[in-house]
Amino acid sequence: MSNGSGSGPITEALRRSGAVVIFLFKLLWQCIPSLARPRLIVMQIYNAGARSLIIIMLSGFFVGAVLALQGYTLLQRFGSEEALGTAAALGLLRELGPVVTALLFAGRAGTALTSEIGLMRATDQLTAMEIMAVNPMRYVAAPRFLGGVIAMPLLAGVFNLVGLFGAQAIGVWQMGVDKGSFWSQMQSAVDFRDTWEGISKSLVFGVTCSLIAVHEGYNSEPTAAGVGLATTRTVVASSVLILLLDYILTAAFLD
Amino acid sequence: MRAHRTIEIGTGLFVLLGFAALVFLTTQLPSSGLKLGGPKAGYHVTAEFDNIGDLKTGSPVTMAGVRVGEVESIRFDPQSYKAVVGLRIDPQYNQIPEDSFAAIQTQGLLGGKYIGISPGGTDTYLKDGSHIDQTQSAIVLESLINKFFANYASSNPGSGSGSGSSSGKSGDSQEEPKK
Repeated sequence: MSNGSGSGPITEALRRSGAVVIFLFKLLWQCIPSLARPRLIVMQIYNAGARSLIIIMLSGFFVGAVLALQGYTLLQRFGSEEALGTAAALGLLRELGPVVTALLFAGRAGTALTSEIGLMRATDQLTAMEIMAVNPMRYVAAPRFLGGVIAMPLLAGVFNLVGLFGAQAIGVWQMGVDKGSFWSQMQSAVDFRDTWEGISKSLVFGVTCSLIAVHEGYNSEPTAAGVGLATTRTVVASSVLILLLDYILTAAFLD
Repeated sequence: MRAHRTIEIGTGLFVLLGFAALVFLTTQLPSSGLKLGGPKAGYHVTAEFDNIGDLKTGSPVTMAGVRVGEVESIRFDPQSYKAVVGLRIDPQYNQIPEDSFAAIQTQGLLGGKYIGISPGGTDTYLKDGSHIDQTQSAIVLESLINKFFANYASSNPGSGSGSGSSSGKSGDSQEEPKK
């Protein structure tokens, strides 16, 4: 908007993605000294992770339950209801766990990060820090970024675990699949690679979501409307990027 | 100070819960993963099969449908060209006759493979290091279909009339009695 050279939507998109990448490197550089203040990071893990726990567990339970419900009706046609455990575990571990957790994280924690930092910008708190020779990248942005990156895989793990018990609740207690074969077929079919795929996906999503949230807040217009716009952009950009990256990562893990 | 304490406790709980979930998912869920609690108790026996199908380590070993142990190891013996399967039987099932019969069976139509043991008749029992001599391989569906078509072709009066050893008893009368 501000740069005068006739910037079409394409150059604007290029500029923005370039700015995000540069911001990432600045942020990573400031992450090292911010490790000296673990209390700030703990605070952010609490904000991003511990306070998202209830919504993650609730959603995990119902995603697992609906997976079992759909899987059961589908597998019943082929007379192999016992494979329900396998279907639910692979679906949760590889796809639904990391993706749904990341989408919820973008909505629950990402927006909070963006609006918080955006308001700091709008009320000149970040400028005040700079005047006091306190680097706001180090003391505001980096701990929030690290907190999000650490919290995401842990949230995805909890989501998967609760989801498995949700699938068991529907599959075993309601639909009457044998509990022993539900778990034993799941154990024989799930490979270490599947778990690893889920964890690495959630790590990538954690970096993406936190980066976008912190970047949008840090560079928002210092007005009420600007903070609102930045928050909206956080959710939209995070969600689209999560789904795009999910496709790429799934393809990369296939062979 | 008070607020800091609650935040630290909350974070600690969250991190602990998250790591517990990850540890469970990486170690307990995959059969190839590390098992907590060290090696399980029980005694070990081996059995050789011509073909194990898609039997995996961790597949159940059952007697009369009840789980009594699990498949511990699978390796290929280059001398006999057979698969050597190591089984771990739970310690309370220590009265399985030595001449028992081990067969690889399938759970349902598309289910996983497991080993079913049918008891033999001797008074000596399987113990650690024993070997099960009588085995039956996994049934491969394609070879079964091939066999069926071969039999069908040979018993068909039109094509293979001369060599119907199995269908010889009913060979004189035509197709009606078979159906």
